[in-house]
Amino acid sequence: MSLLTVSDLAAGYGQIGILRDVALTVDKGEILGVLGHNGMGKSTLLKALSGAIPATRGSIVFEGVDVAGEPPFRRARRGLGYVSQGRQIFPALTARENMEYAARAAGQPLEIVDDMIERFPRLTPILDRAGGVLSGGEQQILALARCLCGRPSLILLDEPTEGIQPSIRDEIVETLLRLRRSLGLSILLVEQNVKFMGDLADRVLHMEKGRLSADAALETASMA
Amino acid sequence: MTLRDALGWLLVGAAALYALVAVPAGGELTTMINGSIYASYAILALSLALIWGYAGILSFGQAAFFGLAGYVYAVAGLNLESTPLAAVIAVAAAAGFAALLGYFMFWGRISDVYLGVITLTVSLILYRFINQTAGEEWTIGAAPLGGFNGIPSTPILAPPGHPDEPFLPEQIYMLAVAALFACYVICKLAMATRFGRAVIAIRENEGRAELLGYDTRLYKLGIFTLGGAIAGVGGVLFANSVFVSPNMFSLQTNGQVIIWVIVGGLGTFAGPVIGCFLLMALSTGLGSLDAGPSFAVLDPNLVMGVVLTLCVLGLRQGLLPTALAFGGRLVAKARATRGRGAAELRRPAEERP
Repeated sequence: MSLLTVSDLAAGYGQIGILRDVALTVDKGEILGVLGHNGMGKSTLLKALSGAIPATRGSIVFEGVDVAGEPPFRRARRGLGYVSQGRQIFPALTARENMEYAARAAGQPLEIVDDMIERFPRLTPILDRAGGVLSGGEQQILALARCLCGRPSLILLDEPTEGIQPSIRDEIVETLLRLRRSLGLSILLVEQNVKFMGDLADRVLHMEKGRLSADAALETASMA
Repeated sequence: MTLRDALGWLLVGAAALYALVAVPAGGELTTMINGSIYASYAILALSLALIWGYAGILSFGQAAFFGLAGYVYAVAGLNLESTPLAAVIAVAAAAGFAALLGYFMFWGRISDVYLGVITLTVSLILYRFINQTAGEEWTIGAAPLGGFNGIPSTPILAPPGHPDEPFLPEQIYMLAVAALFACYVICKLAMATRFGRAVIAIRENEGRAELLGYDTRLYKLGIFTLGGAIAGVGGVLFANSVFVSPNMFSLQTNGQVIIWVIVGGLGTFAGPVIGCFLLMALSTGLGSLDAGPSFAVLDPNLVMGVVLTLCVLGLRQGLLPTALAFGGRLVAKARATRGRGAAELRRPAEERP
């Protein structure tokens, strides 16, 4: 059985429908990529899966339970992590406090924060700095670590390479692959960066005008 | 604890000492009564500082809990033998009402300006309702609600077991000031807990907090209920300082609290208390400037409006944060000057200009 099975999903903003007839599956330990141009509905897909916007139709079965009608905090507690575009770090909290906050929400012991600091060494010098003053790359790594503090089994990752330098991009790729190996983590990744997608994804879907294409090879699904 | 925190606690302790020792030693009865009123209003300001400044919930009707607690205290006090028990019931009633109202608002996903409108409407409904309760049919046990006139026979708190020995105005003053400092400490401690940190994060980004697994409705309900209870403490003390009347729910009372918080400094606890004391003293002072029969030199409400406008235009962060920022700049400047002086001294004499 797949970790996540989405069928016939429709969602949007108010009266404006964006997603239509979306269906996909993510298996345990799999990294599924969704490619698409701006405005095609990639971020909306992740928002609908996380519960940030309601689904108007369809089902989202996560670990055997249909969570489509559940509020976001219940989905998060079930292990559905979400790292949104723009990172949304709490600016007034320090990097450490950002992670502790997420750990507490998921009922995880605070030792998990130290575990994340070990996994993301770049966090060590910025632990006591306010989230709002960190660079884009630092915020991205913190957002990822914060999400992992909730011990999710699936991470919804929205354009993690947006506005960050190539060295951090490579660090994120390595860390995510390592996490997949050690924790059996699954990832649903939305990106425009074809190289990043190629380095990470096992499978790639193409999104256009709110609909997903069938599985496609990366070259055919590329942005060219 | 940082140096700034330690200094803050030191100043609050000094203020408490002054209010509880120095003022009663040399104060007149009028000063004591005014002090009780200011302290009870300051507790109301503190309750709004908590829910608006720290949780981002703008309640435009915080006086609803203040007035409700006052009325419940008066009615229970006139019907029960024990005024302390009446006070406990009153605070519980204010907290319970806040919890009920909060439940419908937060589970109904009402926020921002709509929340302000609903809370104000509730307060004004209570104001209108209490205003029309004149007549014998509006009597609860031994307590006539009194309509527009309120309940002038509001009982004064008495020590447990001594209902016939009510506190004197000086003792009510001490109680009100002590309650103000206790509420301040409760607010500070509440914000230092895990619950408080979660509330602050929800204020910063509610959607993100929910996506991390927090049921934000519960946290908002918790802080709103605590705010209602604190406003209720203020209401009970106000009822003991003057007496209960529909004005406790009025638009003017609701507006004043918001002005105190804005002028004092949103996002702080001490600021709104300072704002309340300063503006209340200003208002009392202006009201007593008599320029003829029934004619004040300046309308206090007009002055309040001018102060608020000036504050919003010139001191956007409010008095306390502006003063702290100014103090911080002075300290930084002094350190820089000292640092330059020390560097100069370390240079060999021949290299100095």
